Amino acid sequence: MTLWLTLFGMGAVTFLIRVVPFFALERVELPDRVRQALVFVPVAVLSAIVAQEVLAPGGGYALETGNHRILASFIAGIVAWRTKNVLATVAAGMGALWLLNWPA
Amino acid sequence: MRAEIPLAIGVIPFAMIYGALATSAGIGALPAMLMSSIVFAGASQFVGTRLIGSGANPLLIIFTTFVVNLRHALYSVALAPDVQRLSRGWRILLAYLLTDEAYAGAVARYANSESPATRHWFLFGTGMTLWSTWQVSTAAGIFLGANVPSSWALEFTLALTFIGIVVPSLRNWPAIGAALTAAVIAIATVNLPYGMGLMLAALAGITAGMLLSPRRAASGQPVEVRL
Repeated sequence: MTLWLTLFGMGAVTFLIRVVPFFALERVELPDRVRQALVFVPVAVLSAIVAQEVLAPGGGYALETGNHRILASFIAGIVAWRTKNVLATVAAGMGALWLLNWPA
Repeated sequence: MRAEIPLAIGVIPFAMIYGALATSAGIGALPAMLMSSIVFAGASQFVGTRLIGSGANPLLIIFTTFVVNLRHALYSVALAPDVQRLSRGWRILLAYLLTDEAYAGAVARYANSESPATRHWFLFGTGMTLWSTWQVSTAAGIFLGANVPSSWALEFTLALTFIGIVVPSLRNWPAIGAALTAAVIAIATVNLPYGMGLMLAALAGITAGMLLSPRRAASGQPVEVRL
């Protein structure tokens, strides 16, 4: 019983975080500064997640040369810049990682 | 521009590992399965499983979930102007589906869509694709164990998808500053518990972007970050 209450509590707070702004900001004209700030949400959050996934996968720093994710994501970044194509970016990055990790 | 496919592939190992972890933490198959649909937020399910397994106070678990998922409020605020025209039911449904991956997949399409009236279908489509994948992969993790070889590094497709979405948008100094600042702070704070580092990094990145934006552009137009 406690477990179910915990699960529903977890679900409730998660849902509230996601839904409250959808309703609370109804008919509210956001100030220009705030609208400007929101423009940076995706680039900031996604860059933060990428940095942790690449340089500290699993929560431990992996800044050494044996971390092939660094080079693989660099290659992916170049492909992303040139093609603006997500699938090509992912294919290049995964291909690079698998090749670099190939057992010597 | 199909970002849904690598996003879905990327969440498979996460959901399977979650399912296997939940089982080994002593959470039954049914509650473990339903956590993926009741909560539907990867990072908090991992943290929650660990806390439930260690017998933590339910209120602490719920509060921790709140902290871990707080960054989703940023997505919701950012998308709020786009969902105002939608019915209450649509807003509730889209909010329920609003994960990191769904947001990433949807904003990439949003910026390029001509017609605001049908934009919400992008979020719905990406969200449902991820939701279904998450449920099926959770079941696989619970009943079959997490058997995806870690050498495949499937979870890396998530980071690569985000790279594919973000890098082309780094076309002005405010955007570059926001990205670099967020990345540096995210690395510096990686050991903070409960994903608080991501939240701090996001706020720092947004602040950097703001500081680099002209206080009032001559045209009155805000700086654009086109994904």
